[in-house]
Amino acid sequence: MADIERHGYDVVVVGAGGAGLRAAIEAHASGARTAIVCKSLLGKAHTVMAEGGIAAAMGNVWSEDNWKVHFRDTMRGGKMLNNWRMAQLHAQEAPARVLELEEWGALFDRTKEGLISQRDFGGHRYARLAHVGDRTGLEMIRTLQQRAVSLGIDVFMECQVHRLIRDEDRVAGALAYWRESGRFVLFRTKAVILATGGIGKAFQVTSNSWEYTGDGHSLALWSGADLIDMEFVQFHPTGMVWPPSVRGILVTESVRGDGGVLRNSEGRRFMFDYIPEVFASETADTEAEADRWYDDHINNRRPPELLPRDEVARAINSEVKAGRGTEHGGVFLDIASRRSADYIRRRLPSMYHQFKELADVDITAAPFEIGPTCHYVMGGVKVDADTAASTIPGLYAAGEVAGGMHGSNRLGGNSLGDLLVFGRRAGMAAAEYAAGLGAEPNVEEAEVDQLIRRALEPFERSGGENPYSLQYELQDTMHNLVGIIRTRSELEQAIEAVGKLRERARNVTVEGHRQFNPGWHLALDLESLLTVSEAVARCALLREESRGGHTRDDFPKTDPEWAKVNNTVRKKGDEVNIEQVPLPEMPDELKTLFEEPAK
Amino acid sequence: MSDQVTMKVWRGDTDGGGFHEFAVEAREGEVVLDVIHRIQATQANDLAVRWNCKAGKCGSCSAEINGLPRLMCMTRMSTFEPGQPITVAPMKTFPVMKDLVTDVSFNFEMAKRIPAFSPRPPDADGKRRMAQRDVERSQEFRKCIECFLCQNVCHVIRDHEENKQHFAGPRFLMRITELEMHPLDTGDRIPLAREELGIPYCNITKCCTEVCPEHIHITDNALIPLKERVVDHYFDPIVWLGRKIRRKG
Repeated sequence: MADIERHGYDVVVVGAGGAGLRAAIEAHASGARTAIVCKSLLGKAHTVMAEGGIAAAMGNVWSEDNWKVHFRDTMRGGKMLNNWRMAQLHAQEAPARVLELEEWGALFDRTKEGLISQRDFGGHRYARLAHVGDRTGLEMIRTLQQRAVSLGIDVFMECQVHRLIRDEDRVAGALAYWRESGRFVLFRTKAVILATGGIGKAFQVTSNSWEYTGDGHSLALWSGADLIDMEFVQFHPTGMVWPPSVRGILVTESVRGDGGVLRNSEGRRFMFDYIPEVFASETADTEAEADRWYDDHINNRRPPELLPRDEVARAINSEVKAGRGTEHGGVFLDIASRRSADYIRRRLPSMYHQFKELADVDITAAPFEIGPTCHYVMGGVKVDADTAASTIPGLYAAGEVAGGMHGSNRLGGNSLGDLLVFGRRAGMAAAEYAAGLGAEPNVEEAEVDQLIRRALEPFERSGGENPYSLQYELQDTMHNLVGIIRTRSELEQAIEAVGKLRERARNVTVEGHRQFNPGWHLALDLESLLTVSEAVARCALLREESRGGHTRDDFPKTDPEWAKVNNTVRKKGDEVNIEQVPLPEMPDELKTLFEEPAK
Repeated sequence: MSDQVTMKVWRGDTDGGGFHEFAVEAREGEVVLDVIHRIQATQANDLAVRWNCKAGKCGSCSAEINGLPRLMCMTRMSTFEPGQPITVAPMKTFPVMKDLVTDVSFNFEMAKRIPAFSPRPPDADGKRRMAQRDVERSQEFRKCIECFLCQNVCHVIRDHEENKQHFAGPRFLMRITELEMHPLDTGDRIPLAREELGIPYCNITKCCTEVCPEHIHITDNALIPLKERVVDHYFDPIVWLGRKIRRKG
């Protein structure tokens, strides 16, 4: 039996972003002995970078808004591939989750009446994003963090979960290591909630932080749980493009929600040329109508700049390809000519600051360059909508690591609501499961010993490759071959390249010792990065159509047959198997919402 | 466009250490963190550094660059004199773990000592109303990204380890002001601020304000008002009399 640090809990939450913190708060409130295990310091998780707001049909700005409209927007944004029940629960419960944050101390921007203000965002019929300037994620994470601390929930910071341990088919524990000391920790636990976020670090140009290495996706898959929809990766239309060191950093959609427009190098507002049929009835087709919409949503249709993100990202890509891009391969985002400098600084303070300090650009003075950046993965752990339970007993997933909620494309603002709604549900369900479990699951000590030995192998090898070089190659491969526009031959190439990288990864060498050694951490992260990259590329190869965050050059149209199924990824022995599994059927009373004319 | 630069990076652990020189490439538009990452990827795979967002939003990559407390991700290489070596050292106020990574647990311990937000009941219709101008005062403090540079630079604890027992530092004294100014909060943390968390130690040298990457007016808008509230609470004769009477009743 390995001589390592040991802890016992009912529920272990992996990750301390919005979903993890919300899950832990709920599990704790339900009486479960709960721990949060997170790989960064508390309060630094990726949620902190969310800018625009939390979509919730509270009706504070437009009283016409309600959950049905939000539900419909979400489903249409996801090209109907969403798990309808998740989209419904999200639309119904998001308002209560926002008000709960206020109850815990969050200070949202206010309407004239003193209520929580709501802003416009792409794909949303009404202004419905509760926000704090353009730093909503920071407000959310700080509020949840302060709540969790005041409840006295145990937090293991800079502690990375390496593998889950099972007893037969159910969860029994999690093996982790302290980043600081490199020592291992065994958590014996009845339930695990994965709240690990996404996979963006598999791509070269991304808005995601180093943490986004697909940990939860991989832990789930390795444990035998199903993943769905891994081909759907969202490229946010507006990332910074210049200088190179800031390439990919997010430029919030609020710039467009607050009046900014996209122009090509000829000065043309090109989004009018890219309005797809499905959104034509609700999208303005003249600049005059689009401009009137900001003040009158009832009698005018939405500007095409506020189409869902997949549409806008593809349009930008096409403009650049057609030679109408900017000097550094983007297009222009122009808010300077449309709103006063005061207004811009008040509504978008951190954008102003970010461009000023990192790029010497004053966004209140002139249009600035932007281009698509890898932002979000719609695919993830297959979960039950009501409980966030995966297909493995005792394993739950909430937030970006879970699949289904957003279908093939996520609307802006729906992520923060997702974290809260399903974080809470996961916490509740995991606590209930743990309470109902009789005997403590058994942890096989020999398995733990073996996992530790394997994890330390990179120190024992010499002359192997540098893990950083492998990560760069992987990011390059995914960016070039599995990016915004995909095609069969390139996807096949990518799968082969990822396979070769996997072989080489078995032979990486790390220098130094175990204490806070980023080279070793990356060597271990490579396994999850390679796992999710393979899943994305293989799902993308199978789906022979274009939909949401998956565009095939060789299959440019949506295919009604593919509208009925999720690609479902499962580990079979050492192989990964992908099957097409029918979507859950939407009840008739919800189907009627899509028959009425757009209101 | 790229240049060779000389970086002097502090390396070591709890047993001590020193500056190591690296000759490394710096490309156009890069920040210090980019160059540190290049050293890590090409010359010292085990160089320890904390970072997350690389966009000035998470407050993880605090360090002392040429002696000045800064975020590595928001410090552009073009701001330095060409040809001069650039030194990067860990924050001095916190114990070194390894290389540029320090043990900042002091801050997380202090956070636990501040009683949680406790709101008054909602309006009659169940909603909560606050005017924008009223929330803005606390919103300024909630911009804090917890980079702990203000804690690092505050000489009450930077130069006096022993004060860490009874001085929470600017970040957490500001948190108290934030709750005090929160339009819905009903708590009273003034005695705590004075008697346990050390607001009287602050002698408003504004070092914290100067290094704040979020440009929060920590001293003027948070610490001085907190000192004023302490004075009102303890020394204002009218408040004192009122309390005396209420206590009797």
